[in-house]
Amino acid sequence: MSTAYQIVVCGSIVPDPLQTLEPMTSPTGPALKNEMMLPAVLDPWAGHALFEAANLAKHTPGSKVWLVALGPKAKLQQVMMTVAQKVPFELVALDGPASGFTDATETAAALADTIAAIPGLDKSKLLVFGGWESASRGAGATMQIVGERLGIVDQFQGVDQLTVNADGSLEMLERIEGGKHQVSKCAGAPALLGWATGNLPEPKNNPQVGMVNMRTVMPALQKAKPTKLAGEGLVFANVALPKQLRETLIVKDKSPDDIANEIVEWIKK
Amino acid sequence: METIIVLAHTENASSLAKPVREALHAAAMLHKSLAGSKLVVGLVGDNVQAAANSIAASPVTKYFGVTGADFAQSRYATDAAAAEAICKVAQATVVVAPATSRWARVLPGVAQRLGGRADTHVTGVAAADGKISVNRWYYRQRMESTQTRTQRPWIIGIDPGSQEPCGCGAGTASVEMVAVNLADAAKRTTVVGIREPKADAQTIRPDAQLLFVTGAGWTKKQADGQTHVPEAEKLILDFLKAARASLGSSKSLVDLGGEGQAVLPFLSHLNQIGQTGATPRHAKGLSTCCHGEEPHTVGWRFIGERRAISLDPNCGWARGKADVLYVADAFKVMAKVNELLTA
Repeated sequence: MSTAYQIVVCGSIVPDPLQTLEPMTSPTGPALKNEMMLPAVLDPWAGHALFEAANLAKHTPGSKVWLVALGPKAKLQQVMMTVAQKVPFELVALDGPASGFTDATETAAALADTIAAIPGLDKSKLLVFGGWESASRGAGATMQIVGERLGIVDQFQGVDQLTVNADGSLEMLERIEGGKHQVSKCAGAPALLGWATGNLPEPKNNPQVGMVNMRTVMPALQKAKPTKLAGEGLVFANVALPKQLRETLIVKDKSPDDIANEIVEWIKK
Repeated sequence: METIIVLAHTENASSLAKPVREALHAAAMLHKSLAGSKLVVGLVGDNVQAAANSIAASPVTKYFGVTGADFAQSRYATDAAAAEAICKVAQATVVVAPATSRWARVLPGVAQRLGGRADTHVTGVAAADGKISVNRWYYRQRMESTQTRTQRPWIIGIDPGSQEPCGCGAGTASVEMVAVNLADAAKRTTVVGIREPKADAQTIRPDAQLLFVTGAGWTKKQADGQTHVPEAEKLILDFLKAARASLGSSKSLVDLGGEGQAVLPFLSHLNQIGQTGATPRHAKGLSTCCHGEEPHTVGWRFIGERRAISLDPNCGWARGKADVLYVADAFKVMAKVNELLTA
């Protein structure tokens, strides 16, 4: 049995993981120093979700992928120039903060309302994808709340694999403690999957895909709805970097045997 | 007046995992510092009586339970229904729960159902002047905040390993059962099993004292101009066996595997340490052949004592991040370490 899916991926931009991040206080609460200047990328786990969605759509005729992204419009546009070349999708943009300090409930409300308003959305075909948490912001709560607001009670987090069975049921591998996976079987859509790394490599840039995507990306960015997240009821007393600098002892002149002895002694201590 | 509930699920044989005792400890300390508060426990599982009994000698004044075969499974729909029902009956205003994979999947959704808020990655809970605050991590352990909330119920997910476990002993607890009527729609998902490596192939050991991290250097050309991947594999696996260590890896090393290159076959993304991997908690960590940058360093946040072996004395990861950096050939050092450990 082949089901055409409507796959909505929630994902936004984050500072490039190689950047050093430093908190500061802004008039609206904590923020990152020079946040708008930091190079941005698509959130890595959301990226995996997008690539998995595109792969599923490719193998399930009639399926379609949307990317719902909440972030500053200008930064979204920059990142989409690259992401749009990876896989086919239709962008639905929200112009608002992509800060890690925003309240997950408010972010989820904005995303869920946007998903619900996608024209022609059929809940019986709906798969909502996203990262199991942002690989930068790391709230670990947004997707679950999006699911709740959309009335989806088949939710899976830390997903590394999705298999569509011949009878239309979905089989998921979810990360659990101790390097194990829980195997779950769900009757079918609607379902929400928060992806971990998955199994797919990042697709190579394909300019043709980029050209097709950009036809919808630019209009989507132009009509991105301004979205304000007030952080109601949440008060930050302090945000700080943990002390992490250690006095490193550099040992250069010992033989491998001496080092091994020292390490074994340390391990056994 | 706050009603603090510790929400827990049972494990096999109706036992409670260590993270539950840690959450109970955090909640008990909060209860102690919050005058007039109540401390109760909610348990979900096939059978919860034994679990309640195992923590009966605690300051908890009341136990609630949702039981039955439907609640034995780690499944969103049934777990959410059970947690929601317990919180409503207990009139909980503050929910302290261990951030196990099972609860992490469900608790933010429960907060949404109850009209409350959820905070994750919490490593500290305190109260002063009647006001509750939490310490939590942002940006994947890069920065830590202290914050308060006005919304209730406030669901607080405690990171496992961040608290002392409650030493409360066993006794006999009286559990008030809470009925949950499940619609058929709540049973569309079935847990069909757990997939794990064979016992002797399991390299991830959360309870190990030592984290052993391998970097891409293990697969690079060595002084003789050749790669020595089979030798590296043996050295690493022998060490894990002898030291009972948990195996971590840099992203670059596991990515090489994903790209189809012949590298260390026992490594997967589950071993990856760092921003897009795990941030495990171990007393000690030994890094080898690793040249990790900032995203990798994030994964070491909760490792106590740190040592590294690298041929590069200016290794950006080790300098300032490790306590000791041995400038040496990890192949030679680890061969001798294995010899000493198995002697």
